[in-house]
Amino acid sequence: MISITEILKDFPIFETKIHGKRLVYLDNAATTQKPRQVIEAISQYYETRNANVHRGVHYLSEIASEDYEEAHNKVAKFLNAKGMEEIIFTRNTTESLNLLAYSLGLNELEKGDNIVLTRFEHHSNLVPWQQMARRQGAEIRFIEMTEDCRLDLASAEKAIDDKTKVVSITHMSNALGTIIPVKEVSKLAREHGAYMIVDGAQSAPHMPVDVRELDVDFFAFSGHKMLAPMGIGGLYGREDILEKMEPFLFGGDMISIVSFDNATWNRLPWKFEAGTPNVSGGIGLAVAIDYLGKIGFDKIHYIEHELTEYAHERLNELSFIKIYGPEPKYKGAVVSFAMDGIHPHDIASLLDEDGIAVRAGHHCAQPLMKMLGTDSTTRASMYFYNTKEDIDALVESLQKIYKLFS
Amino acid sequence: MSSMYRQLIVDRYKAPLFKGKLDNADIHFHDANPLCGDEIEVFVRLDDEGKIKEAKFDGTGCAISQASVDLLLEGIEGMTPDEVMGLDADFIKEMLNIPLTPVRLKCALLGLKVLQAGILIHKKKQEAGES
Repeated sequence: MISITEILKDFPIFETKIHGKRLVYLDNAATTQKPRQVIEAISQYYETRNANVHRGVHYLSEIASEDYEEAHNKVAKFLNAKGMEEIIFTRNTTESLNLLAYSLGLNELEKGDNIVLTRFEHHSNLVPWQQMARRQGAEIRFIEMTEDCRLDLASAEKAIDDKTKVVSITHMSNALGTIIPVKEVSKLAREHGAYMIVDGAQSAPHMPVDVRELDVDFFAFSGHKMLAPMGIGGLYGREDILEKMEPFLFGGDMISIVSFDNATWNRLPWKFEAGTPNVSGGIGLAVAIDYLGKIGFDKIHYIEHELTEYAHERLNELSFIKIYGPEPKYKGAVVSFAMDGIHPHDIASLLDEDGIAVRAGHHCAQPLMKMLGTDSTTRASMYFYNTKEDIDALVESLQKIYKLFS
Repeated sequence: MSSMYRQLIVDRYKAPLFKGKLDNADIHFHDANPLCGDEIEVFVRLDDEGKIKEAKFDGTGCAISQASVDLLLEGIEGMTPDEVMGLDADFIKEMLNIPLTPVRLKCALLGLKVLQAGILIHKKKQEAGES
């Protein structure tokens, strides 16, 4: 078992002082900090192995290609995919979802079809589908949210029908933390022959994901929310579907034979990776996955759940705080809240003056915020390197802020 | 570091001096910052010489945007609309005298933007009336 002190030593950022104070980083749903192992892997790649992949026959190009392919294998194991042919590297979840919206939207979506989403979606799993629905004359439907901010499965049965071509849902709400019962929804998608897509940006960093156990066709995620660098993310896709699917981006590396008039496509997964890829990002992602494996998701879940329960307990002591979202047992390590008479931007600015980083705003979920009757909330989101002292610092600072304004 | 929330800002947010509405305002405009939901509506009455006689605002939002517009309306009394059009971000920064990050500067400038948009509309109406 690795102790929290040892873990913290792996993250150089915690040596940085914010306005002369200790950094209390509670903005992990936006992006996580990077362990030194990941940072070193990236610089080591550029210092000793840098070359373009799948091009040259020279030594560096071959080992860069090998490392890059190995990173795909690592992600395949991480998600329990069959192999690297099912793993496409992208920039992030947004790009993965756009790949699907464009490829499935332009080639398979027909007038009168419907696309089913939830009320919890991040703009990245809403706006691409809105655009495709508008272009193809399809309808967008929503699985509703219950009063206690969970997924209303009964409404899923109404929303998904034989005209449903795509069901695309988040695995965990970035704004509220709600965990979505993907498997139950997936069953309904299967019954009606729809593609089942999961936005795993918030789940992959925090819980074990088994795409075969979840029985989904696609699973999108971002590296930077799980210790890896920004600019690398991925998409799992079922091999038989990817084989038939049209590419999203065209150009170098994704082709097999090109003439002036025509082109054929490369084998999987390269058919979906046009242009020079983010090799150092892929290598960093592989090291991040190793790091998560070393800690273990059991321990990650244990730490995060304890922190979430503790945060709820401490914040509920404050009469001027209102928490949005479900009880801790139904969510990940996200606490979204409002404070009587004080705007989230003021809260976040004042917390920042105490070295505490949180997110204030609509969390890229404007329609959801509107449903909750607000424009914005303050959100504290935790990872396994946070401690109860971080929550205490947050609570103490919130008390000071309330006093300043009353 | 010095706080963005010096006492004057907090006081003018909690108890603004220029909050309210004006009937028959010469200049009137309403706008919002969609990113944070801050909203400001300004009302201005001019005197016979065309100078600002009275100004009020209504709105919701963060302390920076609301205190900033309250202080701005205090500062523009007696100015002509053209003089207000000449005010810029530096004027607001000097007026608030707090360390503003780029994101929060947008909050601070919302009131001035709404006021200047209202003045432009007023001028267009006047021109249309004259011609």
